[in-house]
Amino acid sequence: MWKTVLRRFLVMIPQLFVLSLLIFIMAKFMPGDPFTGLITPETDPNVIEELKIKAGLYDPWYVQYYNWITNAFQGDFGDSYTFKVSVSSLIGERAMNTFWLSLLSVILLYAIAIPLGILAGRYQDSLLDKGIVLYSFISYAIPTFVLSLIFLFMFGYHIPIFPTSGTVDVSHDPGTWGYFWSKVYHMLLPAITYALLATTGVIQYLRSEIIDSKSMDYVKTARSKGLPISKVYTKHIFRNSLLPIAAFFGFTITGLLGGSVFIETIFGYPGMGQLFISSIASRDYSVITTLVMLFGFLTLLGSLLSDIIMSIVDPRIRIE
Amino acid sequence: MASSENLLTIRNLHTGFRIKDTYYNAVDDVSINLNKNEILAIVGESGCGKSTLATSILGLHVANNTKVTGEILYKDLNLAGLPEDKFNSIRGNDIGMIFQDPLSALNPLMRIGEQISESLVYHTKFTKEQRVERVLELLNQVGIPNPERVANQFPHQLSGGMRQRVIIAIAIACKPAIIVADEPTTALDVTIQAQILDLLKELQAETKSGIILITHDLGVVAEVADRVAVMYAGQIIEEAPVEELFNNPKHPYTRSLLNSIPQMNSENEKLQVIKGLVPSLKNLPRQGCRFSSRIPWIAADAHEENPVLHEVAPGHLVRCTCWKHFDFEGAEGGQLR
Repeated sequence: MWKTVLRRFLVMIPQLFVLSLLIFIMAKFMPGDPFTGLITPETDPNVIEELKIKAGLYDPWYVQYYNWITNAFQGDFGDSYTFKVSVSSLIGERAMNTFWLSLLSVILLYAIAIPLGILAGRYQDSLLDKGIVLYSFISYAIPTFVLSLIFLFMFGYHIPIFPTSGTVDVSHDPGTWGYFWSKVYHMLLPAITYALLATTGVIQYLRSEIIDSKSMDYVKTARSKGLPISKVYTKHIFRNSLLPIAAFFGFTITGLLGGSVFIETIFGYPGMGQLFISSIASRDYSVITTLVMLFGFLTLLGSLLSDIIMSIVDPRIRIE
Repeated sequence: MASSENLLTIRNLHTGFRIKDTYYNAVDDVSINLNKNEILAIVGESGCGKSTLATSILGLHVANNTKVTGEILYKDLNLAGLPEDKFNSIRGNDIGMIFQDPLSALNPLMRIGEQISESLVYHTKFTKEQRVERVLELLNQVGIPNPERVANQFPHQLSGGMRQRVIIAIAIACKPAIIVADEPTTALDVTIQAQILDLLKELQAETKSGIILITHDLGVVAEVADRVAVMYAGQIIEEAPVEELFNNPKHPYTRSLLNSIPQMNSENEKLQVIKGLVPSLKNLPRQGCRFSSRIPWIAADAHEENPVLHEVAPGHLVRCTCWKHFDFEGAEGGQLR
């Protein structure tokens, strides 16, 4: 199995190469440049021109690409034009914020969606089921930014029980429990918002899997053995119904990164999503390209993770 | 019939499925009994209600869109309408079931040994070691080589024939008095079919249990059954000991079924078929002889108005009176739909 994992990693290299080329070219197509924002009525056009030449923006694109990719291989993704620090250190501290937020979101997502999906599937067509289906459709229909703003207004401003921005209260020292809880506390509202919006897929998948499994022959076999119906559910139906959820686990994590772009921006949470939006606004090429590369890499990693999880939970699938 | 000790009595059984608030009976007023040490075959074409009858006996239907009325008497208990918890002590323990498709009847995520020992957990007081021992014994009994290895394997690692043996092992795990086998050989190829039938006969001889064998294959019936009931459109239309049925079939449907078996030495080159289809559940005629639409050359007054079973010989029952007037001549000439 580990041989296959290694091979999949090797296959990622050409994929990432093509991705890097596309990203670089598309970034170049964006109108404007990093220095447009610096222009004021008093700016001398020659100074801007000089800055552009110094930054290598007039070199042919393949030269720029070559310079970028060779540096990237050595872990140097260039400097941010706006923040004046190296991209790796800029992303590094935010990546951890996004990681913790994503982790909490995923935990909440499954903690909400799995019980609801199981209940809806088991008590199909009951009032409970109808309520859960209604909830899942509503949550699917609400755009992320709408619910985020509503929650922020309700629980951050109107009934101020949650902080409205930041990752931690400055009054705590790192390493203490207070610091830890403050971090969780700051993540809670964005994570709940994300989890509530992302549950639809899991609920609907689980519900329909359970409904399908009920009429499977192996369920009849289990019932013909004289198993109590609750045991038929826990030992046979649920285990089989969770397979597609496990299969999508890797992609759920990837999807979180996309969702974090809105959530982090609205909740003022300094993570990669927020950085992504601000770097696009300021045409911070080096940050944009690095972030898109990173998202692309994580997507590939997510699909690999899904395959590995599937091979662990389903005995029929063996990666050879 | 080796012994006439009665094991299971079904009286006036109706099993209806709900289609838009109306219940349509797929099994319509079936009465039959199963004796100890007997293989009772229930024969009929697809959609005649034979599998529904099998699942009704074990109460395996989904309760909220199925209605089972009548009597299924086992040991002074009426299984029709028995509460779930009481039924669960019967299922697997007193009545075992063998399913049609060995590919889908086993849980793909559970090891073979675990699937067999599950019913032992609920019906016996065995310790874990005793259960493991019993599982190996069962696997051995159903003719699986290397039971220790197979017990630790998953269903997909076994062949179809092996899986069907595992399903039989599950059914007989608690030594049930009755085994309901729903087309146990249909999904298997011919050589494996013969092996599985031999196994069933062997097990029955050992355990003296009663077997209800649901099948559409008259070859299987001839090979293993003691007594046969032929079903058509939810009703039993003929019931007889196996030799009597094959030598002296009465009902037009039974005769047509036997007539449509390809004969190696037949001069007739054309395969005989029964024209038409079993009417669908919703369109079943609830009045009159249900087979009349497929033998339209027989005069209407040959049928009984409300056909009942008549005993024409000891143990030989035939529904309706149309058999007295039936011949195959009218079937030629393409007068049929």
